[in-house]
Amino acid sequence: MRVEQISVFLENKTGRLAEVTSILSEAGVNIRALSVADTSDFGVLRLIVDDNAKAEKTLKNNGFSVGKTDVVAVEVEDRPGGLHNILEKLTSAGINVEYMYSLVTQRNNNAVLIFRFDNIDDAVRLLEENGITVINGSKVHAL
Amino acid sequence: MILDIGFETMPREDLEAIQLRRLQATIERIYYNVPFYRKSLDENNIKPADIQSLDDLKRLPFTTKQNLRDNYPFGMFAVPMDNIVRIHASSGTTGKPTVVGYTARDIKTWSELMARSLAAGGASRGDIIHNAYGYGLFTGGLGVHYGAEKLGASVIPVSGGNTKRQIVLMKDFGPTILTSTPSYALHLAEVAEEVGVSFEDFKFKFGIFGAEPWSESMREELERKLYLVAVDIYGLSEVMGPGVSMECHEAKKGLHIFEDHFIPEIINPETEEVLSYGETGELVFTSITKEAFPVIRYRTRDITSLNPEPCICGRTHVRMNKVSGRSDDMLIIRGVNVFPSQIENVLMEIEGTEPHYQLVVDREDNLDVLTILVEVRENLFSDEVKILQDEERKIRKNIKDYLGISAKVKLVEPKTIARSEGKAIRVIDKRKI
Repeated sequence: MRVEQISVFLENKTGRLAEVTSILSEAGVNIRALSVADTSDFGVLRLIVDDNAKAEKTLKNNGFSVGKTDVVAVEVEDRPGGLHNILEKLTSAGINVEYMYSLVTQRNNNAVLIFRFDNIDDAVRLLEENGITVINGSKVHAL
Repeated sequence: MILDIGFETMPREDLEAIQLRRLQATIERIYYNVPFYRKSLDENNIKPADIQSLDDLKRLPFTTKQNLRDNYPFGMFAVPMDNIVRIHASSGTTGKPTVVGYTARDIKTWSELMARSLAAGGASRGDIIHNAYGYGLFTGGLGVHYGAEKLGASVIPVSGGNTKRQIVLMKDFGPTILTSTPSYALHLAEVAEEVGVSFEDFKFKFGIFGAEPWSESMREELERKLYLVAVDIYGLSEVMGPGVSMECHEAKKGLHIFEDHFIPEIINPETEEVLSYGETGELVFTSITKEAFPVIRYRTRDITSLNPEPCICGRTHVRMNKVSGRSDDMLIIRGVNVFPSQIENVLMEIEGTEPHYQLVVDREDNLDVLTILVEVRENLFSDEVKILQDEERKIRKNIKDYLGISAKVKLVEPKTIARSEGKAIRVIDKRKI
């Protein structure tokens, strides 16, 4: 039920993001989703790609610090209150969302959101108990 | 003003006779009282009686900061603790400071030399001295303080920090002499301007600046912004503290070394060969009157040259030119000695592996600012920004706790720190000295 996310450390400098996209594009890696968290000095780029192994290897070869983290991909109804419905359940169960971002494509006419939880197992169990679709990793990479 | 005409203007020949007598007495004392020196003299087959001329000094082995550290804390003292009345310390690379001690007579000697220094820098009885050197383990504050009292001047023991209050005191008390590090003096000028006060309205005549190296262009800036005559003072705790040498305000061209108490040499730091007057190399000192903590051929790591030419002020003591650099990688940041290896130790503790880092020292608003660039490799990296920011905070805190200095920490991408021949360039000093 887990999706592997790749993260890259970037200095807050012109062209650094473009450097990453250029490396991935040359390697033929397709980006499914991304988010950047930044401070005044640095940023962390988080990516869901179609080929993790290749992305990790090429980025490392180009001198980047690459991390791998398990995240959860969740189908969210594309209507008012869709996201709130999920967050409310997580909140009442005391599960903290470290960060989240969304996928570019839809699935079954639903939005797909990537969640990073502290306790991933509890979160997945809770979501499934409540009839929320958690998408399998291999399916996400291929979306 | 020359405070001690007898000694300060003594003909060379007489001075050298006194130096030899005092050197012989010092060697005799350390041989019998300090195991470290006894061992090193024995190893070199030298007995105190072998020192028959000043030239024989060359036969004695050098003493390094490492030797002092190895004998931490009191191993180099040449008198029983009963006779020690004061202890000072300066920072060291492993977190252990270098400890120095003083007998009552050492304090008297130091006070006299500091009084001589203040007089050479333009001060006299009747002056009010605003002493903004730090008071504490650092020798600057108390060194100047005792010298000022010995001279008979009025000393304001304001110490460092609380800059706005210092401006108020300067306005209200009307001090005529400023003693501080040159960088803090410029900071004072800036803060004064911020609060709408000009040094032009103060009564300062002379500023006696030391504890960190400074240049002729900085002298010009100090004199222009602070409306005073800026003179240089030199010293280090291992040799005594401030007042080892002092620039006279008449010539402002090099610092007279008080040769009746210290014998200077200049050596090639690589070959350890003794160099002649005028040649640039590492400054080495032998103390010849100290009781508690005598040093024999102590390598200061400061780079300068000696100038024996007669001075217009009348002093016969040789002058050292302004210190132009260091023969090791020590940095002086806001008067605190910092070695890159100390910072490396702190980073190593946090990262658990050999860190890739670079120290960038700059001057912002006339204060030294240390920025530590740390390459984020996988062991430090996290997908969560707050964890990375925690790492930054932890490094900052540990640097502050262990070294006592505030540093900025900046995480950078791997392999971005410049390397020369594969070896990372550890220090970039952008300060213009």
